[in-house]
Amino acid sequence: MLSGIGNFASHFFVTGDPMIYGADASILLVSLGILFVLTRYRKWGWLWQDWLTTVDHKKIGIMYLIAALLMFFRGGVDALLMRTQLAVPNNHFLTAEHYDQIFTTHGTIMILFMAMPLIFALFNIVVPLQIGARDVAFPYLNAVSFWLFFFGAMLFNLSFVIGGSPDAGWVSYPPLSELHFDPGPGENYYLLALQISGIGSIATGINFIATILKMRAPGMKLMQMPLFTWSALSASIVIIFAFPALTIALALLMLDRIVGTHFFTILHGGDPMMFVNLFWVWGHPEVYIVVLPSFGAISEVVATFSRKRIFGYTSMVASLLLISVISYFVWAHHFFTMGAGADVNTFFAIASMMVAIPTGVKVFNWLFTMYRGRIRLELPMYWALALIVGFLMGGATGVMLAIAPADYQYHNSYFLIAHFHQTLIGGVVFGLFAGMYYWWPKMFGFKLNHRLGVWAFWLFNIGFYVCFMPQYALGFMGMQRRMYTYPAGMGWTDLNFISTIGAYLMGLGFLFIVAQIVYSIKFGERDLTGDPWDARTLEWSLPSPAPHYNFAVLPQVTARDMWWELKQQGRTGDLRPTSEDLKPIHMPKNSGRPFIMGVSFFVAGFGFVFNWYPIAVIGLLAVVVTLITRSFEYGDEYHVPVEEIQHTEAALGRLS
Amino acid sequence: MALDHKSQPAASHGHHSPRLYIIGYISSIVLTAIAFGLALSHTMHFGPLLVVLMILAGLQIIVQLFFFMHVTESDGPPYHSIALVLGLFFTFAVAIMSVWIMSFGSQVS
Amino acid sequence: MAIAAHDANLHGAIAGKPIEYQDPHQAVKILGFWLFLATDMLLFGCLFATYLVLRTHTDGGPTASQLFDVPGFAAETIILLTSSFTGGLATLSMRNGNKKGVMAWIIVTILLGLAFVGLEVNEFITYASHGATMQRSAFLSSFFTLVGTHGSHVTLGIIWMFSILMQVKKRGITPETARKIFIVNLYWHFLDVVWVFIFTIVYLSGVVM
Repeated sequence: MLSGIGNFASHFFVTGDPMIYGADASILLVSLGILFVLTRYRKWGWLWQDWLTTVDHKKIGIMYLIAALLMFFRGGVDALLMRTQLAVPNNHFLTAEHYDQIFTTHGTIMILFMAMPLIFALFNIVVPLQIGARDVAFPYLNAVSFWLFFFGAMLFNLSFVIGGSPDAGWVSYPPLSELHFDPGPGENYYLLALQISGIGSIATGINFIATILKMRAPGMKLMQMPLFTWSALSASIVIIFAFPALTIALALLMLDRIVGTHFFTILHGGDPMMFVNLFWVWGHPEVYIVVLPSFGAISEVVATFSRKRIFGYTSMVASLLLISVISYFVWAHHFFTMGAGADVNTFFAIASMMVAIPTGVKVFNWLFTMYRGRIRLELPMYWALALIVGFLMGGATGVMLAIAPADYQYHNSYFLIAHFHQTLIGGVVFGLFAGMYYWWPKMFGFKLNHRLGVWAFWLFNIGFYVCFMPQYALGFMGMQRRMYTYPAGMGWTDLNFISTIGAYLMGLGFLFIVAQIVYSIKFGERDLTGDPWDARTLEWSLPSPAPHYNFAVLPQVTARDMWWELKQQGRTGDLRPTSEDLKPIHMPKNSGRPFIMGVSFFVAGFGFVFNWYPIAVIGLLAVVVTLITRSFEYGDEYHVPVEEIQHTEAALGRLS
Repeated sequence: MALDHKSQPAASHGHHSPRLYIIGYISSIVLTAIAFGLALSHTMHFGPLLVVLMILAGLQIIVQLFFFMHVTESDGPPYHSIALVLGLFFTFAVAIMSVWIMSFGSQVS
Repeated sequence: MAIAAHDANLHGAIAGKPIEYQDPHQAVKILGFWLFLATDMLLFGCLFATYLVLRTHTDGGPTASQLFDVPGFAAETIILLTSSFTGGLATLSMRNGNKKGVMAWIIVTILLGLAFVGLEVNEFITYASHGATMQRSAFLSSFFTLVGTHGSHVTLGIIWMFSILMQVKKRGITPETARKIFIVNLYWHFLDVVWVFIFTIVYLSGVVM
């Protein structure tokens, strides 16, 4: 009996590696610590009422941001472990299996559980405020999206200590990821976690399209929307058309593994390349999903800190929309070497290169906006400038990779690794960091410390080039991606060592960001005006942080950069409510159901991971129950009474 | 609750006739019958037949959209129509281009 | 839920519109549902793509022309087309403020939907009893998954319609229930369109090929 339990436990829990035991212990300690603090300070009610059941887009955005930063830490540790393993030849710091798991979780987490929540954080916090709305179109669905993302991410991270992590790469190509070659539960974790959070992403895409199209403040025309909102719209369009392909690719692979179908097997007529095809139908648009909001944030930052309206607004909008459409016709460039023939490769090569045109338009527009502007070097502007340089490098090497014949040389080499890290870090992370610094005061009511931020910026940026520039060369020298170790005498040793130093510099930069946040919570400069950057768009007309109903009276919009126009004309008072203007505000009620739905999906997913179908069925039934009770729910909205609004606005000193 | 809608259902609009629905139903049945007839009578080669069948299926989309789904109605600009057109465009693009890309299998093996 | 006109940060409510559009909070949900249909379309697009790529990969097992039974899928087609019509009549009754008509047509639609699902389950069982299971070949995997996904959408639609039937019975035709009737029928018509492509691309082409 006891030995039976012991045997089960040694398979169920990941054992054998001291690092994992360390992680187990620290997870346990941190969890106990959180439980203790919540109980000791009687915070359970606060947690449930203010956060877990909230449908307020600003709070959901903050939860996305916290989750994204935590996942950035986890993915970053993975990266450092990999770079440590590769620092010197013939290294056995990690075992080969462990290395496989780490590069798989690094990629998956960084794309799906770090970049996606970071863009959703900014969507949620910024878009309704920018367009003068009181919430998103479907606040309840928004909470559902968050909890599906959250529990998807939890399920994925659970694999680290229970059952074992996925190890077939973040793209998880069959036949390697088929049951026959990869029997452990790790691959199931990957499939189910991505499936659950993917449903949430589709819902977010629908939500923000409807919000942006239908919830704008009175008078705001489409061509008067701030560029970040435009970027959110374009990214959401890509989301709703690209994510179904991921859903299908994952579902079919899941069927192969659980039911025994033959979509992607070698036997019985299956075609593994069809998975690759479906995966990239989603996978390539996905990188535009994360990069477009970054472009949008940069457009806001560059205009604000150059004190000029953005150069070429119309061409900016056109290029965003053009990128979102072209992004859909480039996917086969991820498998040029499959040998689909010259016609296919030519089409996708040309389409891929064409993306550089609208992207180039954006870069020039940012430069022209800065030209003769009165530039202030605040933290968001640092990161914006870094993005222009970093993304230029990544973009240019991308055009090199798009040349199909040459790609036969670069394919899956470290050249590719360097390219997509320079676009995804230089293009996405830098832009989203710029956005995070820019909107931080709006979220929390204080600025992040400048000096620590500058340290973080330089460490991260220098580290970024030190880490990835050598990898271009390594790629040309024949080093392939996913190599566990390499012999001495290949001529790769020095460059790999330098690259590892760069990775650690970036890690140090991240620690400075953490230090900066912790320091600024206590000592950061408070934002009492609501407009700390002298900015241009409507969110800055509100106090920081904004009251839960956002706008006491909805603004009338007559111009682009409405807040800036009002400031120029000395009419900022126009947006302040008077007592007579106030009317009851219609708001959605909080609901615990989205959280319960997330838990139910988690239970179902966990059941499927271990093929414990009774548990899976219980989880799915619970999902159905939450759906049906929602369908029968009427009256999920209420009115905020005038007295409460008066009280809140008076306390903020805004009532005239 | 400033307005109580329960008290005024159907107050502001008159009687709608089922004429459009009947036309839609008949057209969908006729289109289906043509498709079945052409396919099962073996009078056409496979390639042209497939083209005709796809055109008939496309007409069925139009029937459902215009006669049943009230696609012309919306609150404000017809954003949903743009979404549908884009969706159809991407759907066909994915299906057709996947077949094109994956047709390499028949050349290789 | 009723809202006051001054509170409408959505495009204002205008009288004279169909009941489901009168309240902007309901109208935006209709747009949201159209967007959902657009993504669901892509979902089916990917399944069609998979089927088209794998349909000749029969691995020496049953082929489409050996398997498909014309009277069977013809009956399924007629039933689903008719249910789309009756679902439309439910929308029409809703717009005419005829609660009994709505309920009657929803019940007819549910029954036709059940008949369709019943025929399809029967079809699948027949195939499986002849050894044509999902596990037999890539062609059959993709066939069962494509048609089965449509079938499970229809099943979900039946449950959904039933829940709306209960709500209409209890609450009558309000802007909120009207919106629900309207979108469940949008869903139903959409599934009809998907079926048109299934009988065209899967069944008819399969029989001819």
